[in-house]
Amino acid sequence: MLKQTDVLCHECRRSFALIAGDLCECCGRPFDRVDESYRQGELCADCVRWKRDNAWRGVLTKNRSVYVYDAFMKEVIARWKFRGDYALVEAFRSDMCREFFCHFPRDSLLVPIPLSSARLYERGFNQAKALAELLGCPILDALERFDSAKQSKKSRHERLETDRVFHLRSDVLLPADASFVLIDDIYTTGTTVRHAARMLREAGAAAVSSFTLARS
Amino acid sequence: MRFVFEQGKWLPEALAKEKHKDRRPISRLPDLPSCEKNPEFPFSPTLLAFLEGRQLLIDDLPFSLEQIQAHYENGYLRYQKGITQTERGGYRCERCGNERAHLFASFHCARCEESCTYCRQCLMMGRVSECTPLVVSCVSPKRIAYDRPLVWSGKLSHAQQAAAEAVKQAIDRHDELTVWAVCGAGKTEVLFPGIAHALERGRRVCIATPRMDVVLELAPRFKQAFPTVPVIALYGGSEDRFKQAPLVMATTHQLLRFYRAFDVMIIDEVDAFPYSVEPMLQYAAAKARCEPSALIYLTATPHPAWQREIQKNKRMAATIPARYHGYPLPVPAFEWCGHWRKQVQKGRLPRNVLAWANERIQGGRPALLFVPHIALLQQVVQILKQLDARIEGVHAEDSARKEKVHAFRQGAIPLLVTTTILERGVTIPRLDVAVLGAEDDLFTEGALVQIAGRVGRSAQHPNGDVRFFHYGKTKAMIAAKRQIVRMNRLAQERGLLKSP
Ligand SMILES: [Zn+2]
Ligand SMILES: [Zn+2]
Ligand SMILES: [Zn+2]
Ligand SMILES: [Zn+2]
Repeated sequence: MLKQTDVLCHECRRSFALIAGDLCECCGRPFDRVDESYRQGELCADCVRWKRDNAWRGVLTKNRSVYVYDAFMKEVIARWKFRGDYALVEAFRSDMCREFFCHFPRDSLLVPIPLSSARLYERGFNQAKALAELLGCPILDALERFDSAKQSKKSRHERLETDRVFHLRSDVLLPADASFVLIDDIYTTGTTVRHAARMLREAGAAAVSSFTLARS
Repeated sequence: MRFVFEQGKWLPEALAKEKHKDRRPISRLPDLPSCEKNPEFPFSPTLLAFLEGRQLLIDDLPFSLEQIQAHYENGYLRYQKGITQTERGGYRCERCGNERAHLFASFHCARCEESCTYCRQCLMMGRVSECTPLVVSCVSPKRIAYDRPLVWSGKLSHAQQAAAEAVKQAIDRHDELTVWAVCGAGKTEVLFPGIAHALERGRRVCIATPRMDVVLELAPRFKQAFPTVPVIALYGGSEDRFKQAPLVMATTHQLLRFYRAFDVMIIDEVDAFPYSVEPMLQYAAAKARCEPSALIYLTATPHPAWQREIQKNKRMAATIPARYHGYPLPVPAFEWCGHWRKQVQKGRLPRNVLAWANERIQGGRPALLFVPHIALLQQVVQILKQLDARIEGVHAEDSARKEKVHAFRQGAIPLLVTTTILERGVTIPRLDVAVLGAEDDLFTEGALVQIAGRVGRSAQHPNGDVRFFHYGKTKAMIAAKRQIVRMNRLAQERGLLKSP
């Protein structure tokens, strides 16, 4: 059960599945969990597709994730994020820190993926920010999410044209040569972090990677 | 969220007309005063019905903040603090009564923009934190009297009748009473006359139980017995969640959402609660009761402390020592089976355990074999499958649990190996049971009495075999056997048993 003094009991702790083994160089997908045909050299088929797309090539340097997003992790994240059991973030601390510094430099600048203001009020905290705070690196709240209500008022054409999920906060100055790492809870298709990375790149960031708690 | 003070009243920051510097979460305010009731106010009957007898979060209420606040300002509802400070400087959750420091945590909250402490114990019912108001109604719940609501053609046994009379009296006088009814006594029917009495007087009745399957099983029985009375069943995700009724079946967790709602509180299987959740249940039950009200506990196996209180007459109790069919309870036999764990490790079972299993299969008698842990269960099932490949095992996390229990009932599985999850609620004719490793800590006196209580439930087959295989007798085993023997003797003395 999750309600122990220690945040997690042994049983639950043992159920956390770390991502390990041979990974896609770019998105960090473990090759042993996908069909062999999905692999093309050191990349997975998804990353090859992103690379071929002129609009997205090179936007995201790489992604790495800590845990496999399996049924158990889904349950833990649901309790943490949707039920709002903030304290569970402690359960991720040591694995998050170890894995992060395996893949990213000490002087990384962390940019948490933001929530819309309505979402933030509903949940009470931003899970991506909570994860970023575990790592002890400087955090820059550089992005804001477009209000989805306002977004839907635009015509379909406008939306496709702009296709923007995030915008840069007007009061933020990007140190262009920093090594930016976006922080989020789940990497699914990689679209969210790529949208965020593109905003930072357009604002002058030289290189943007991402790091997430779990990936599917 | 935060409150501000504007034009002589407190209101949520989001509704303020001006900007305020002093904005505070409800826990850092004096208790918000109730407003004087304005009889002219065009209140919303749906909102009041929704809130009747309940204590809810603003997030639970499908009404706008403006509407909620207007009902507050006109004296129809109140805001209470969700989290308060104890005298010793700790925290206390007003919804679930939690005061244990390790079941609180803090975070920087986007709603109040400061460090906000929340309760982890009742989190599954929606988060209560320092900036969370609990909303309660200022209007007391509707009370409707029903004329002769009980339509039931069954007949109570002598043993049931005496207890039913005691229940009725306790309900009438708003007393507390424990009904100690042996497994198979028919305790549900014992409640009928008392509940009918309450409903005739327009009283509101709640039957709370720790298990959702009991709620699902009881609700139709009560609907049938009280056809003119609205009955609702409340559990996580139930469709009746927002309905109101004078007769409510609820899991104990759902009680947390009630506030001074019931004149009669009946708590079924009070012994089934893990010790750790008991304080929360007591708190929730107390909060859900009106003043005055009756409190009835039902149990087949009271905790040892309760048994002592009953014996010393410190706890009012009505005992039903006999089953409804009038045959005595099957008494467990103890059988030493050596270092059985070592045997299981080697892929073997003690000879007497194997012989017991063989006899059941040959004789075509359905049998349950209880083992202490899941890991052991799987090994034991593998060994027994050599005897009969149809043998299966079930445990709490088993996704095919329902199907397996069903197959067992149908006779497709001759012997089912189980953890303690089947200790309650399973009733199968001609059943025999055994416990492998009855000395394990998991098998408390109560658990063993419940397990023995699975056998001989039907009037057609009132006998059966109960065997405790052990590697050293425990106090719990001896106490369980003593309890069963004592109940049989009591039944005999009171002339409640059928003459042989
Ligand atoms: Zn656990
Ligand atoms: Zn990839
Ligand atoms: Zn707060
Ligand atoms: Zn609580």
